[in-house]
Amino acid sequence: MNTATQTAPRDRGASTPTPSRARPGHRRAGGGTGRWAAWAFLLPLAAYLLAFYAYPLYRNLDLSLRDYTVRSFVQGDAPFIGLTNFRQVVGDPTFVPALTHTVVFTAASLVCQFGIGMALAVFFHQHFRLSATLRALFLVPWLLPLIVSASTWSWMLNSEAGVVNALLRSLGFGSVNWLTSPDWSLVSVIIANVWIGIPFNLVLLYSGLQGIPPQIYEAAALDGTTGWQRFWRLTFPLLRPVSAITLLLGLVYTLKVFDIIWIMTKGGPADSSTTLATWSYQLGFGSLLPQFGPGAAVGNLLIVAAVAFGLVYIRVQRRQGGTA
Amino acid sequence: MTSSGTSQRALGVALAALVAVGGAAGCSSSSDGTAGAAGGTYTIWDPYPQFDGSSDWVKLLTKCGTDAGVTVTRTGYDTTDLTNKALLAAQQGNSPDVLIVDNPVVSTLAEAGVLSATEETKLDTSAMEPNLLGAGQIDGKTYGVPIGANTLALYYNKKVLDAAGVDPASITDWAALNAALTKVAAAGKKGITFSAIGTEEGSFQFLPWFWGSGAQLTALDSPQGVAAVSLWTDWLKQGHAPNSVINNTQTTSWQEFASGDYAFAENGTWQLANAKKLGFEYGIIAIPARDGGTAPAPTGGEFVTLPVQKKTDRYAASQKIVNCLTSNDNLLATDTTLSYIAPTAVVQTTQVAQNPELKVWVDAVKAAKGRTGDNLGTKYPKISEQLWKAVQAALSGSKTPQAAMTEAQSAAK
Repeated sequence: MNTATQTAPRDRGASTPTPSRARPGHRRAGGGTGRWAAWAFLLPLAAYLLAFYAYPLYRNLDLSLRDYTVRSFVQGDAPFIGLTNFRQVVGDPTFVPALTHTVVFTAASLVCQFGIGMALAVFFHQHFRLSATLRALFLVPWLLPLIVSASTWSWMLNSEAGVVNALLRSLGFGSVNWLTSPDWSLVSVIIANVWIGIPFNLVLLYSGLQGIPPQIYEAAALDGTTGWQRFWRLTFPLLRPVSAITLLLGLVYTLKVFDIIWIMTKGGPADSSTTLATWSYQLGFGSLLPQFGPGAAVGNLLIVAAVAFGLVYIRVQRRQGGTA
Repeated sequence: MTSSGTSQRALGVALAALVAVGGAAGCSSSSDGTAGAAGGTYTIWDPYPQFDGSSDWVKLLTKCGTDAGVTVTRTGYDTTDLTNKALLAAQQGNSPDVLIVDNPVVSTLAEAGVLSATEETKLDTSAMEPNLLGAGQIDGKTYGVPIGANTLALYYNKKVLDAAGVDPASITDWAALNAALTKVAAAGKKGITFSAIGTEEGSFQFLPWFWGSGAQLTALDSPQGVAAVSLWTDWLKQGHAPNSVINNTQTTSWQEFASGDYAFAENGTWQLANAKKLGFEYGIIAIPARDGGTAPAPTGGEFVTLPVQKKTDRYAASQKIVNCLTSNDNLLATDTTLSYIAPTAVVQTTQVAQNPELKVWVDAVKAAKGRTGDNLGTKYPKISEQLWKAVQAALSGSKTPQAAMTEAQSAAK
């Protein structure tokens, strides 16, 4: 993602001016009480972060490094076993399929969400009648609780009674076992996830489009460009900063998608739609005998992946802020 | 700034208050312990969130507590939540006094050291049917009392069977069942629906066929085990069972049966109340074993258990509460409410006398066996997970029945 070569006329990242650094040593006298007050103000936030972020993360790491059985979970005397849980998880026959599915699921979801989101954003940028109403309707997938949309999808894709198969049959095609065939289950959950993710991409890209000055298009029109050229030569490059952010945020969200898959297929049949997120849940809570250690280990691998991409995001954002 | 500071301080105070309250609540159960047998508050957890304070069930709990001279606080949890809740509570040393829990979980909780054995708490289990009690026994010790049982049988649609010319009484082995399904298909109706979802529910539904074939949970890849998987797989291939069974829960499978198109549905005692609302005539037969007779179905239903307490003097009152809950009169009332079969022969006889329709279920429960029995205990969950995965793999066609079961056996070891 080489942003150095591009010349963004109005970089959205630049809307926040570079913070003016406070000169060191320039503090009000009698800062004793002031500093205490400052610390006191910081305390609730620090306590919140510690209680709801640091401690759960620490517990998860601890779980993944110890040999927890139900007995040692209750007694609290689980022996430290280092990276054994991680080794067990990586050596498990489910690991490679789960990793592959996670990559395919994330990549396919991102490409489709972004492509369709971009097309819709350009479409709605035309400002025709009812465009605002229609655009609002496209937000519905985002507003629905996931349990509702996932249940609806699994009902629509049901092999016997689903409307999708009813439609296919009425058009003369054979019915497809969307959720119960190992060849289709991953495709089905990707379709549902794309549907849910489109509004997010639409909203971000649409707001990006509004930031492009109309004069550029006027100038291009005077030069006699076609609509297709205007999209590839102007819109797409000018949207690159927004696109990068959209894709990176989408990546982090999609990596950890669990509820849709769990509600629709439980990761099956035969692990054909298992991703790292559903596998982690399956290990920890999916059977009568919880395997907290390996479950936490898979969860940690996911966190590491998400953090890595999060760092990329921060880096990209900082670089964009720097070009202004 | 001032206003946000105030609200933050308010938040801080609220948080502190929450922590204080939470801490107090955490301690309350142990501090009550000093009250001992003379009064005090006793906590009961059960997996029946459908019952609220005005229900007969909660009234019974309150009454049993009053008779034992204590006050009862009851919380109903979703059954899938209850295991983890019980484990966490035990970890923090505030287990409930009485815990009513799904029977295959008893061995897991006992293994964790959460439950006390009946020898210590002086619970009387002599009246209970041995095959039901089996799910709560590990290494010769018993960890609770069954409060009621349910199991699986085949519901049939009388109209569909009549139209196909099938006599339900003739279905006593797999061959007869397959013949009946072929006739139903010839008459243009759908065959059978069940649940093969990738959870414990799927294993629960598969076990009658697995055991009915003569297979043992210790050898999933035996010829008998493979035969059971092949039976289901062939039904799907021949169109006798819908492909949707792979994702069916027992509830969705029941909805398919309720549509009126299916000849048979494998489902449980708990659907009896819904069966009356079906809008077509139905009947119930036991699930046939491969070579004839009734297949052993797995037992469902809960156990009343007493979690380990630091203050052992609390067991006396808890034991009185459990004896009250499992007395014959109260068992009859409770099991009628839950649509369960009683765990004692005496009450079973009364149930059949009151409602002859229950005869087939009482017989099914008598033939049933506990999933964690045969001293499998905590080995069962591992085996069960591989079992439902293998069934799903075979039904969806990603593996042959033989390959699926061979892999399951090596993974379950």
